[in-house]
Amino acid sequence: MPGDGDMDSMNRVLADLDPTLAADMALPGRPQDHRVVVAMSGGVDSAATAALLVAAGYDVVGITLQLYDHGAATESAKAGGKTCCAGQDIYDARRVAETLGIPHYVLDYEHRFRTQVMEPFADAYRAGETPVPCVLCNQTVKFRDLLETARDLGADALATGHYVRRRQGEHGPMVLRGTDEGRDQSYFLFATTRDQLELLRFPLGGLAKDATRRIAARFGLAVSAKADSQDICFVPTGGYARVVERLRPGALEPGEIVDLDGRVLGRHDGIAHFTIGQRRGLGIAAGHPLYVVRLDPVRRQVVVGPEHALKTPRLRLRGVNWLANDPLPPAGVRLDIKVRSTRPATPATVFGRSDGGAEVVFDTPQPGIAPGQAGVLYQGERLMGGGWISRDDAD
Amino acid sequence: MTDTIAYLDHNATAPVRPEAVAAVAEVLSLIGNPSSVHRAGRAARSRLERARDQVAALVGASPSDVVFTSGGSEANMLAMVGTGRTRILVSAVEHASVLEVVPEAARIPVDSNGIIDLAALEALLASDTRPALVAVMLANNETGVIQPVRDVVAVANRYDALVHCDAVQAAGKIPVDLASLGVHLMSVSAHKLGGPAGAGALIIRPGVTVAAVQRGGGQERGRRGGTENLPGIVGFGAAAEAALAGLPAAGALALQRDRLERRLEAEVPGCRPIAASAPRLPNTTCISLPGVASEVQVMALDLAGVCVSAGAACSSGKTGRSHVLKAMAVHPVIADAAIRVSLGWTTTEGDINRFVTAWCALAARIGPRRQARVASAA
Repeated sequence: MPGDGDMDSMNRVLADLDPTLAADMALPGRPQDHRVVVAMSGGVDSAATAALLVAAGYDVVGITLQLYDHGAATESAKAGGKTCCAGQDIYDARRVAETLGIPHYVLDYEHRFRTQVMEPFADAYRAGETPVPCVLCNQTVKFRDLLETARDLGADALATGHYVRRRQGEHGPMVLRGTDEGRDQSYFLFATTRDQLELLRFPLGGLAKDATRRIAARFGLAVSAKADSQDICFVPTGGYARVVERLRPGALEPGEIVDLDGRVLGRHDGIAHFTIGQRRGLGIAAGHPLYVVRLDPVRRQVVVGPEHALKTPRLRLRGVNWLANDPLPPAGVRLDIKVRSTRPATPATVFGRSDGGAEVVFDTPQPGIAPGQAGVLYQGERLMGGGWISRDDAD
Repeated sequence: MTDTIAYLDHNATAPVRPEAVAAVAEVLSLIGNPSSVHRAGRAARSRLERARDQVAALVGASPSDVVFTSGGSEANMLAMVGTGRTRILVSAVEHASVLEVVPEAARIPVDSNGIIDLAALEALLASDTRPALVAVMLANNETGVIQPVRDVVAVANRYDALVHCDAVQAAGKIPVDLASLGVHLMSVSAHKLGGPAGAGALIIRPGVTVAAVQRGGGQERGRRGGTENLPGIVGFGAAAEAALAGLPAAGALALQRDRLERRLEAEVPGCRPIAASAPRLPNTTCISLPGVASEVQVMALDLAGVCVSAGAACSSGKTGRSHVLKAMAVHPVIADAAIRVSLGWTTTEGDINRFVTAWCALAARIGPRRQARVASAA
């Protein structure tokens, strides 16, 4: 904690930075009677989350997950290179907790992260898909296992630094996009169940872009100027193919690059290097721009074509998580769908299926739909759920 | 967090005894290097030798057998490397500071109580004629199980093998006598018995040659170079003397420990102390709450102001599956849910009550979810 007698000024900071925190927490009674576990990644967002909750008086407990061996995840396996000690992020999280005066623990989730996130990630690439491991991580290690641990510790809530807003709705909690469009992370939370949302809290979702760093700086946290994490935590920048190869040796088998008619245009060194819609790195000279339009894991082919071939009028979602009170209607419902984390939502009609999936018909055909990505459904600002974009073409 | 704590993790480090605090404080302001010729040096030397007497007395050794080190890990390293023997046998439940010095060493298996398999030891020794070094600890840090070290020595002597005994956990908790155990080398550590961390000793029986690992300076009769950590060593000596005097009280902890185990078994169905029927240190219990990961128990207890350990904690604070319980073939459902509670010279009935209350509250809070997890893991 900041120095003695600073509570008043802290409360002013709090009121200034996050006037709606108490309402968002939706925990009746005095804050000090509620234990809140904060998932601290070692980054500035979760540090600010913890700081806000400490200042508001909650009984805050920080937990950092050890998810992978920082050396082994990026380097080829070296005999005896296994280190027991964690990377910089765990160190940073611990320092933040010390500054805030809260207990902090590290949970060793390496094994489950490997089997539930990293290996499915590699398998997806091998199968010609483009996975979103952050969703799987939230779905398994964070909001199932860590949440369960938070319950074991007697916590009334598990808070994370995700940029989404949680509101108490008429039929239970709802998730709204983060106020700052540029930082909204609702895409990665589509698989969160209503049960999980009962315990989850996202104190940062209503804050402006630079507020997080201001909070961290005001609390004197060493991470206030730390760079945002990039892309996928266990993949060094631009190097996912090596991770795939290490997890699934032999996954990067070479094959042919063919056009829509099956003519061979060139060779590639593994379909895992490609994603739908990709234009660069094909190594083919053609009169017009060529894009990856399909990945065929059976023939190990990368199928390329012109831009218009990328467009698709519909898609199929599997494993749909639906957050509304009434089930997803088979007769269809008007929603917006986001098919990539980096793309804006687009209007569509979504039909519920009896197999737990959904059929999505876009108002206008969409380019670059990649199997394995998430199709995330919104009604205005509200996250309604979503599913995994399936390989099977819509029938 | 609670202001006061119930500290039940003496096997990790024991609270420093007041005798040691006083001795360290006094010596910190003393001028002089024990190797110096002048009177200041002589004064320092005299404090050092007094500490050597005290440590020797704790384990029934001669002062000239005692080589001071920076702690138990260094003493183990010196023992494992210093004899020059390259054929090395270690029990499967040794501390990492023994195991990791010679990862390729042959492992002597243990039974389900964690007690060394003497027949397996004999078979290993008989399988090769090169002179061997056998490392078997006196008492295990995680379970408290006491090894039949005298029997190990009897077997080893038939094959002219040297025996190193890691007595870091045993010293100060049970009587330790170098001569009656018959071992050739023995390591002890200050902070496990109420001295400061950063001091330890390797006890080397006369006639056993150990070459220095840390060289230069000729200190400790050429067996450990470097200016002695006088405050640490003097604190070690004071703590050793106090621990020796406190052995009857340390032995009586077994009553408290046994009562504690009975209370837990009565209050929490399905929990079980590990190796409870084996000879154990009087202060240690390793107890499992199947369905609740060890690390979660440690966290929940810490939040209630109670300090205990799970497995072997590494410096990052994360815990790994215990190699000790694995060697004992304890089922993973039990091993992954085991914690170590270790009492000591500061332990009160209040500390134990606080632990029992917090642990039972944790078990109650998880309630039926615990059985469900056990069922799904089994």
